[in-house]
Amino acid sequence: MNTRVFTTTLAMSFTLMSQGGMATELTGTLKKIQESEVITLAFRDAAIPFSYLADASGVPVGYSQDIQLKIVDALKHQLDLPNLHIKYNLVTSQTRIPLIQNGTVDLECGSTTNNLERQQQVSFSVGIFEIGTRLLTLRDSPYKELSDLQGRNVVTTAGTTAERLLRSTNADQQLGMNIISAKDHGESFQILETGRAVAWLQDDALLAGERAKSRTPGKWVIAGKTQSHEIYGCMLRKHDAPFKQAVDNAVKALYASGEIETIYHKWFQQPIPPKGLSLDYPLPEEVKALYTNPTDQPAPL
Amino acid sequence: MNYNWDWAIFFKPTGIGTQIYLNWYISGLAWTLAIAILAWMIALVLGSLLGIMRSLPGRWLSGIATCYVEVFRNVPLLVQLFIWYFLIPDLLPPSWQVGFKQDLDPTTSSLISVVMCLGLFTAARVCEQVRTGIEALPAGQAAAGKAMGFSVRCVYRYVLLPQAYRIIIPPLTTEFLAVFKNSAVASLIGLLELLAQTKQTAEFSAHLFEAFSLATLIYFTLNMGLMGIMKRIERKSRVPGLITMSAK
Repeated sequence: MNTRVFTTTLAMSFTLMSQGGMATELTGTLKKIQESEVITLAFRDAAIPFSYLADASGVPVGYSQDIQLKIVDALKHQLDLPNLHIKYNLVTSQTRIPLIQNGTVDLECGSTTNNLERQQQVSFSVGIFEIGTRLLTLRDSPYKELSDLQGRNVVTTAGTTAERLLRSTNADQQLGMNIISAKDHGESFQILETGRAVAWLQDDALLAGERAKSRTPGKWVIAGKTQSHEIYGCMLRKHDAPFKQAVDNAVKALYASGEIETIYHKWFQQPIPPKGLSLDYPLPEEVKALYTNPTDQPAPL
Repeated sequence: MNYNWDWAIFFKPTGIGTQIYLNWYISGLAWTLAIAILAWMIALVLGSLLGIMRSLPGRWLSGIATCYVEVFRNVPLLVQLFIWYFLIPDLLPPSWQVGFKQDLDPTTSSLISVVMCLGLFTAARVCEQVRTGIEALPAGQAAAGKAMGFSVRCVYRYVLLPQAYRIIIPPLTTEFLAVFKNSAVASLIGLLELLAQTKQTAEFSAHLFEAFSLATLIYFTLNMGLMGIMKRIERKSRVPGLITMSAK
């Protein structure tokens, strides 16, 4: 089986290079898309500004969604399917991996961290963003670093890599923080806003997104040392090299052409729906480096 | 399906302190038991009281109990939980609010919310069963008690309730088990009970199917065990000659 996949992969890459081959036999996801003329894309309902619903249309928007649509454009071209139909499928942090694995969705570009545990189950495209894990606190609050938070209540979203970081730091440095695991980012912010927690540890870009959505964005500040770096990637099925290559090429082309900067500007430096507030989030050095040197590996620890 | 199975995952380190994933399940199970047992104590006491109130002839008392049942039975459990967790603390006097939200350990405040929620929700259901148990008894039972000169309190204490409880052991078992299963809602307000620990294991290890398989097995075994205990209680409490025996 593996040899067959490998040979087909090889055959595929040659065809891609020559841009000519019509009668090549496709495999995996590419074959599925070719035959059904449908691609199923995953989206998150509230991962602002990466992938979220901004109105009642049911069509997700965001930075990752724009990248996802560019990938679809490239696939349309590659498979010669101008009428390729897009189906959207809502995923949560718990359902995204199994839904990729069982074939319900073909591609997930959202806010999914590429890490080694997940690589056992799924494959990742080259990175599309890099975040740092930081704190969101009140502007005039005395709690600006993890070390200030001894014995205090700190919130984080359940099932995220930030939760893992917070719990392990708490154990390793014996900070005695009371950690609240909220069920989603909206609820994390609510717990922070209602004073149940004095700080929220999460991916900085998501914190900026949640802040822009809040009633009083000016009251909150993203503070403290960056605790860890993580690279977001688009998830796809494992052992599907031709599809991964198609996706990677599309993303790399976006970086090479500089088109990615337009997309970045649109979602991080201009007013975004639904509130029409800007995240005012200048392009981080790490993300710029990712655009120059795309990688499908996790961020170094 | 493209899945990478690894059943040894439960014995692998979580990366947090020195724990393995199995430790998380054990502590999760302990919280599940704590939530369910505390909630059941509230449900049984309050539910019995309300059930008796509903069966009383007086209009006021039975009216109050009826209202209670309608409110708590017709609002989804999850909605009730969010009310207990988010709304009610904000209605407390300001000095209490600080105490509840900041000084109290968040696990404790979550536990209070979920135990209150689950206890009061289940009480409405227990109430209905106690009432039907009492109403299932022939009217002659209460009448005979009164003819013997028993007060209303004594009629309930010595004639009606001992028989009614025996009748309703099977449906009460269902509610008892439901409390354990419903306790999983606590995972949504950050209490690390069994389901929350399962989700956390799934997310940290990326082995979702193994994580949920073990949770299924634990819930199933737990409920089978509880069912066995309830069956034993039913057998032991059986009194030959009472109405509860006639059906057999």
